[in-house]
Amino acid sequence: MWKPAFVSRQVYNNPLPISLNTVVGLTEEARQMIRELEQYREVAPKGTIDFLYRLSDLVRDKRFLHISSVRYGGGMAEILRRIVPIMKTMGIEASWEVIAGTQEFNDVTRRITDGLQGREETITEEMYQIYLDVNARNAKALNLDADLIFVHDPQPAALVDHRKGGTWVWRCHLDAGQPYRPVWSLFRRHVLKYDAAVFSLPGFAQRLPIPKFLLYPSIDPLTEKNRELSRGEILQVLDRFGIARGKPILLQVARFDRFKDQIGTIRAYRMAKKHHPCQLILAGSGVLHDSEGEAVLAEVQQAAENDPDIHVLQLPPEADREINALQRGATIVVQRALKEGFGVAVSESMWKGKPVIGGTTGGVSAQIVDGATGFIVHSVEGAAFRIRYLLSNPGVMTRMGALGKEHVRRNFLTTRHLGDYLTMVKLLCPE
Amino acid sequence: MLLNSEGGIVPTTDADTTFRFIGCSEIQEILGKQAADERQLAELLEEVPLDSVYYHTHSYFLRSRFIERTYPNDFAQWVAQQLQDHVLAERLSVVDPFDFQSLEALREELISLIDDHLSGMRTVPRATFGTPFYFNRSRILEVPTGIGVQTLREFRNAIEDVDSSAIYFHVFEAHLRLQRKENDFSAWFRGSLNLPDLADRLKALNPYLGSLERLRSNVLTMCDEQLAKSASVEKV
Repeated sequence: MWKPAFVSRQVYNNPLPISLNTVVGLTEEARQMIRELEQYREVAPKGTIDFLYRLSDLVRDKRFLHISSVRYGGGMAEILRRIVPIMKTMGIEASWEVIAGTQEFNDVTRRITDGLQGREETITEEMYQIYLDVNARNAKALNLDADLIFVHDPQPAALVDHRKGGTWVWRCHLDAGQPYRPVWSLFRRHVLKYDAAVFSLPGFAQRLPIPKFLLYPSIDPLTEKNRELSRGEILQVLDRFGIARGKPILLQVARFDRFKDQIGTIRAYRMAKKHHPCQLILAGSGVLHDSEGEAVLAEVQQAAENDPDIHVLQLPPEADREINALQRGATIVVQRALKEGFGVAVSESMWKGKPVIGGTTGGVSAQIVDGATGFIVHSVEGAAFRIRYLLSNPGVMTRMGALGKEHVRRNFLTTRHLGDYLTMVKLLCPE
Repeated sequence: MLLNSEGGIVPTTDADTTFRFIGCSEIQEILGKQAADERQLAELLEEVPLDSVYYHTHSYFLRSRFIERTYPNDFAQWVAQQLQDHVLAERLSVVDPFDFQSLEALREELISLIDDHLSGMRTVPRATFGTPFYFNRSRILEVPTGIGVQTLREFRNAIEDVDSSAIYFHVFEAHLRLQRKENDFSAWFRGSLNLPDLADRLKALNPYLGSLERLRSNVLTMCDEQLAKSASVEKV
C-alpha cells in the first residue's frame, strides 16, 4: 500500500509555553523578543503564532546553525537577523555565523556567483585554491557542531568539505537555472557533499542526486519597508519627490538594470495614458559604481523625454521608508521584468493592498494569483491593457488589493518562513 | 441514554471522546522532473511518485488557504495558463479527487484524460513562451495544536480560531493520504457525539470546491445550525 513520504506523529498535550507573566528566568532581551513575536499576532493569520509555538516545541532540543558571508545587506541577512533571535526565544539553539574572507576571496566568490547565474567567468586553479583555503580557515575557526547546518549561497559552501556531524543543507538564493557550465561543474562537487539543497523556485535548481527543496523568500511586515505608514507620512514622501496628488500613480520598483525593462513600462504607461490621465514612477537603485546601471538610467531618462508625469527616482539602497511610501501611495504596481529573481517587490506591493501587474519571469507568477490579486501579462501591450482595465474599474482594484494582502499574509510573511525552517529542522534531522 | 445540552449523547463509558486538533506543516520537494508539453505531462505523471500526484491535486489548498483560483489542481492551472489549452484545463478541472478511493486511481484518470485529449489533436500544445510544469511533492509534518474539545459547542468555538492547516489535515489528509473512510470531523460527530445527521452532512461536503477558509465557514455554519436545532429541541 502507498505510504506518505513522511509523517511525524507525536502525542502532545502541554499547554502553550509562553507567557511573559509566568515564565521566570528570561533575560530582558528574550522578553523583548517575545514581545516582538507577539506583535506578529496582529498581522499573521489567526492561529499562526500559537501554531509556531507548537511547532517549535517539536524541535526544542535541536541546534540550528546558519552560515553566511554577510550579516548586513540583502534579503537573506534581513530575514536571518529577525528569525534567528526569534528561534532562540522559542527555545531552539539557533545561531548564525558569518565567515571571514579577504579581498581576493571576495573577488573569486563574486566570479563564482556570477558564473552560477549564467555569466561567463573564468576561475583559475589559483583562484579556486583561494576559495578552498579561506573556507578551510573558517572551518577551523567556527564551531560547526549543530544538528542542522544551513549554509547560505556559494561563499561558505566549501565548508561542507570539513563536515563532521549533523545534517548539512545548502541554501541557494541565486537563480542557478542556467549557469555557466564550467563554473557549475567546479562548484557542483561541493554541493554533492550536502544532504539536501534548497532553492527559491524549481526553475532556479540544477539536476542533483540529493533532495532539493523549495522555500519561497518572505517579507517582514514589521520592518521600515513594510510597516504601516500614516497618510501624512506617505504624502510627505510623495511631496518630496514632486508627485502630483489626485492623479493615479503607476509604480515600478526595480534597480536600473536592462532586464528590469523600465523602457517597456514607459511604453505601457504611454499606451494607457491615451485613455486615462496617470503618472508613472520608476524607482530604483543599482547605479552607484555600476556603469551599466548608469547607462540604463540615462536611457530611461531619455525615454521619459521630459514628460512631467514620469518620475525617475534613483534611490539609495537604504531608502526603505521611501519605497514603503511609494508603494502605499501607488494606484497600480507594475513589476514586469525580462529576467527576475524571486522578485519580493511583488509581495511588498500586495502587502500594501495594491493590484500588481507582473510578467512570467522568476518568482513573479508564483506570487500573483492571476485575475485575483493582479494580472500576469506576456507583453508591453498586455500590461497597457490591464492598466487601462484597472483604471476603468476602481472596484476591481480595491478587491484585488484586499485579496493580495490576504494572500501575502498567508504565504509570504516572515511567520511562514519561520514555520518552514522549523519544519525543515524536524523533518531533516534524525531523531 | 443521556442527552447533553447540544442534543448529542453524553458518553457513559471511560472511552476518551476528546477531539484533538492536529495541524500540519509542509515543505515542498523539487523532484527535478519537468514537462514542456502535454505529452510529457502525461508521461511524467505515469512515473512520478504518488506523493507528487497528491501534491499537485491537494497542496494548493494548504498553500493558498484564502484565495480560490480558476482551476482546482496544478495540472489544469498550468495547461490553461502556460499552454492556453482551455479545453484540456476544463476537462482536468472536473476530475474530483473526492470521487476516488486511491491516488493510483486518480493518477490513471488524469493520464487517460490527457491521452484521450491528445488523440484528437494535430499538434501537442507546448509551453513555447511559458514556464514548464515542475513536478514537486510535499513532506508533511503533523503538529499537535494542543487544542482538545469534548462537545459540539467547544468544537465550534475551536474551529473558528484553529490554524487552517488543522482543517486541511483532518479533511484532506484524512481522505486520500491517510486513507480514512471519512474525514476526521464527521467520524468524531458520528462516533463520539452520536450526531449522525451532522456527520453525514459534513461527510458529503466536498472540500475541493473552495478554499480552506470557505471550508471553515461551511463547518461553522453546520455546527451553528445543529446547535440551534438542539436548543429548540431542548425547549420543546
